[in-house]
Amino acid sequence: MSLHTMAPDGHTADHADAPVFAGARRAELDELLTRYPTKMAALLPALWMVQEERGWVSPEGMEEVARVLDLTPAYVKGVVTFYTMYHQHPVGQHFVQVCTTTPCNVCGAEDVVTAFLRETTCGELGVTSADGRYTVVEVECLGACGFATPVMINEALVECVSVDSVKDLLAGLD
Amino acid sequence: MTAPAAPANPGMVTLTIEGREVIVPPGTSLLEAAKTAGVLVPHYCYHPSLPVAGVCRMCLVEVEKFPKLAPACATSAGEGQVVHVHSEKAREARKGVLEFLLINHPLDCPICDQSGECELQDYTFAEGRKDSRYMEPKRFNPMEDFGGDVLYVPNRCILCTRCVRFMDVVAKDPVLNVSERGDRAYIGKFEGRDLTHAWASNVVDLCPVGALLSKDFLNKARAWELDRAASICPSCSQGCNVTLETRDNVVVRIRPRPNAAVNQHFACDVGRLNYRWINRRDRLEFPQVRDSGTGLAVASWSAAIAATTQLMRGAARITVLASPGLSNEALFLLNRIAAHTNASMVMTIARGPGAPLPGVKDLALRAERAPNHTGAELLGFHEVATPVASLAPGDLLLVVDAAAAMTDVPEGVRVIVIGTALDDVLRNAAAVALPVCTFAEEDGTFTNLRGRVQRFLQAKAPPAQVRPSYRVLGELASALGAGSFPVLASDVFAELAATVPAFNGMTYRSLGLQGDMVTTPMEITA
Amino acid sequence: MGYPHPSHPRETPVISKHFGDAEARTLAGWQAHGGYDVLRQALATDPVEIQNVVKESGLRGRGGAGFPTGVKWSFMKPDGKTHYLVINADESEPGTFKDREIMRWTPHQLVEGTAIAAHAIYAETAYIYIRGEYTEPIARVREAVREAYAAGILGANAMGSGKRVDVHVHKGAGAYICGEETALMNSLEGRRGNPRIKPPFPAVAGLFAQPTTINNVETVCAVPHVLRHGAEWYKSLSSPSNPKSTGTKLFSVCGNVAKPGNYEVGMGFPMKDFLWDLCGGPPAGREFKAIIPGGSSVPILTPEECAAAVMDYEGIQSAGSLLGSGGVICFDDTQDMVRQIARLARFYAHESCAQCTQCREGTAWTVKILERIRDGEGTMKDLDTLLEIADNMTGKTICVLSDSCATPVVSGLKKFRHEFEAKIPKNRSMAMIPDLAPATA
Repeated sequence: MSLHTMAPDGHTADHADAPVFAGARRAELDELLTRYPTKMAALLPALWMVQEERGWVSPEGMEEVARVLDLTPAYVKGVVTFYTMYHQHPVGQHFVQVCTTTPCNVCGAEDVVTAFLRETTCGELGVTSADGRYTVVEVECLGACGFATPVMINEALVECVSVDSVKDLLAGLD
Repeated sequence: MTAPAAPANPGMVTLTIEGREVIVPPGTSLLEAAKTAGVLVPHYCYHPSLPVAGVCRMCLVEVEKFPKLAPACATSAGEGQVVHVHSEKAREARKGVLEFLLINHPLDCPICDQSGECELQDYTFAEGRKDSRYMEPKRFNPMEDFGGDVLYVPNRCILCTRCVRFMDVVAKDPVLNVSERGDRAYIGKFEGRDLTHAWASNVVDLCPVGALLSKDFLNKARAWELDRAASICPSCSQGCNVTLETRDNVVVRIRPRPNAAVNQHFACDVGRLNYRWINRRDRLEFPQVRDSGTGLAVASWSAAIAATTQLMRGAARITVLASPGLSNEALFLLNRIAAHTNASMVMTIARGPGAPLPGVKDLALRAERAPNHTGAELLGFHEVATPVASLAPGDLLLVVDAAAAMTDVPEGVRVIVIGTALDDVLRNAAAVALPVCTFAEEDGTFTNLRGRVQRFLQAKAPPAQVRPSYRVLGELASALGAGSFPVLASDVFAELAATVPAFNGMTYRSLGLQGDMVTTPMEITA
Repeated sequence: MGYPHPSHPRETPVISKHFGDAEARTLAGWQAHGGYDVLRQALATDPVEIQNVVKESGLRGRGGAGFPTGVKWSFMKPDGKTHYLVINADESEPGTFKDREIMRWTPHQLVEGTAIAAHAIYAETAYIYIRGEYTEPIARVREAVREAYAAGILGANAMGSGKRVDVHVHKGAGAYICGEETALMNSLEGRRGNPRIKPPFPAVAGLFAQPTTINNVETVCAVPHVLRHGAEWYKSLSSPSNPKSTGTKLFSVCGNVAKPGNYEVGMGFPMKDFLWDLCGGPPAGREFKAIIPGGSSVPILTPEECAAAVMDYEGIQSAGSLLGSGGVICFDDTQDMVRQIARLARFYAHESCAQCTQCREGTAWTVKILERIRDGEGTMKDLDTLLEIADNMTGKTICVLSDSCATPVVSGLKKFRHEFEAKIPKNRSMAMIPDLAPATA
């Protein structure tokens, strides 16, 4: 999965006005619609497609999804804001998600967070670094509790991250 | 395990609620069943005109043998159940809900419009804690203009979602959502898409607290300062039942009144906001008679009636131009006058775009922007495009509350004005001007487009020498020799009912506050 | 197996037998292990017969509720209506990570179990709802489904049986509450993941208002084994002393423990042996202080209570907790229980859907009080308030997330009250706490 390179002020790079659901993506959506008896049921998958194409779900993205699925933009927004994985604003090229729920918390997850904030120069949770490369957030249980501390970077899960392995992990990213 | 016993009342469900026996149809919720026994189960998110949500958790009641408290709005009455609404467990649960609602709710009562008609205030006063033990900072979100007439104050919102469900299911225009999760949740909309639906302001009524407010009514009056009268909206022919609310004899708000057969719990924004004209100060306040030299001059009622009678007797041809906003009573008396004087009976009907409320059967803002054109038709009036077209010199035109229909007065036509105000056209033309009440200042009935005859009650006192329309017209009719007519509205209606077949058998008492259908079937046009 | 550790001899690997074996992921690899033989036979068997075998086996829902699977399936009648099977792969209960491993190592096991279950409930369509964070499991299961379609195992004529079995993978988007079966259905329908009031029950009106059965991943993965070897065999895997809990269970062990991982043991396994032998006990140089045996929503146990318990539904219940999802979270003696319980409450507050007043407000309030106590700004009265809030949050909401937030607070205060009290400054009144009064003007 690729993300647009985000400038620090959050503007997307290119073709932000072109529709998402055209060409191959339209075909993908059409196939998806055959799997469910209602158009509404394709909403979560359609939002994923928008995020995969644009890196986040913008108001324009929500309006387009609403149009293709015969829903209102307000309805789509209500759904988008419910689920934590849809970004409502652009994020860094590498979206670092550290699990700090109790099973990982007792294994030092919060120290891992601190290490990421330092090494990425983000300094604060949820704030994209000046060079646009990183955003670090805490997330709830990732379902990899036996592999503490698990960290998701964009869609990829890295198991058993420790304070010591943070630096190398970041260095290994493109 | 033995088979369940046969129901006590076959085809119905019999149960006990707060010690009272209740018999209801199968499928009735405990909340509605309790109503039939006169027991109110406190609630927020439930509303009889909306789909059940079951989220506020305020209506939890104790049902014997159930392992947990049951939400009364979402639990069907069961044969033989014993239900307690005010047992200790149920009261404790409600007290808990109230406490949770108040921890982030701002102490805005002194500045909140809902104060005095707020369900959070009411239940807290009755059953809530006497103190607060919440010691943390409260959640804060800024106010938001939702568009239309609606203001949203998120800090006060209890997330009952009535507004969301109304716009979704009843208005069929889902422009409101619940945004975010947990204690971050608020009612949201999409940027640039506002609450401009023709029926959107109903969310203000539906909101149990002061989270959704009418911008029009903002800071205008306190709920306990208002006097209220049951009335009928005069803005179109749907005949929505409303309540006129006045403060110091000024109408400050119109709100819907429930009527399952007409408007359920709803009124449209056009009707709601169309009340300022009722308060206009440039009223016709005294009877006036034109003096040949000096123009219109104030006269006594008897002199004015006498002058009118004389003019009418001397006219070659009389046309009665009535407003379709007059009451059945007034129109009946005009009918008597017209019959006696061989006058033609015409009206014009203003029209505008209709706006249905899709989730309710046969409810819409109607194109005909008058409450009683059906009554007028039943009482002999017919619609014309231009009332003055057929007038000739020597004719007499009796304009009854229909000033808006007059753009000019042809040469040689005499005009008698019976109405609420004198505009420029009529001020120069009227030979006599007789002041009458608006619908807000007298009793009467309207007949809606489906033939439902509904009462409206006097909501405010008229100014100066203004008299009810039926009284003025009754006196005029008597003076013309058309008969002897009563003074009270109910008596006039009784005469109307005795005379006009469509209204046979009706009385004010039989109409009550929900109305009744005319006896002759009405064609259902669009 | 105690994946990622080598299988312990006292484990009973049935579902987890091929964890760590990359070959078993492929269709060919799965078939080499006998995969899809059972499906072929099942498709030729009357659904009621399949339901009966599963009933007889005593298999109970492995997602946390423990409802007898065969009984649940028997609610679905051949009524001619469209039925749906939904596989709940939204594993989000803190401490639980078994379904993740099942899906990434043996996706075909899931596909086969799903297809059998669909047939058993007269459904032609099954949706596997996988939480959005499970990137690898989603990819593996999607690939397995693709392979199965290509091989004619799924589709209009599943394995030549003349019956249609369609399986669709549906990706979630980050919401723990979507693991609740009615919220899952709402999410699948393209709505906010709000739980629904019951009745109506899913078997009557569920997904798209049709009769629906929702099963956990682990549950359906047990089914091919039950059908292959029989109900008696399945019962023989567990301790004979309790016939109500049969077969094996994957326990996800995590936190402060020597060998975290998934362990599959027969029901009724002694917890003392499990924790100190199989899992290696506490980390070196430390002692256990607390164990949550079934995912964060169940009561906290002391090590002593665990040592006396057997690991099945009734056993953990009589020890004072619940088997739940089988997520075993271990806390050692360096942990601050107040801090961890506050963190748990924060989890629930984050995940609350916002429908019910008690949950929406109560979870957040609980967090605020606990964090204040954690940071040394608490009062003794706060402890009473916490318990009253917990009571007001229990048994009063559409779903049990509210109760789940209350549970660690109640059991934490019951068993570790001294830790809470130790953080409360002596002789402190609320008036002395700075910055709590709202700013004036």
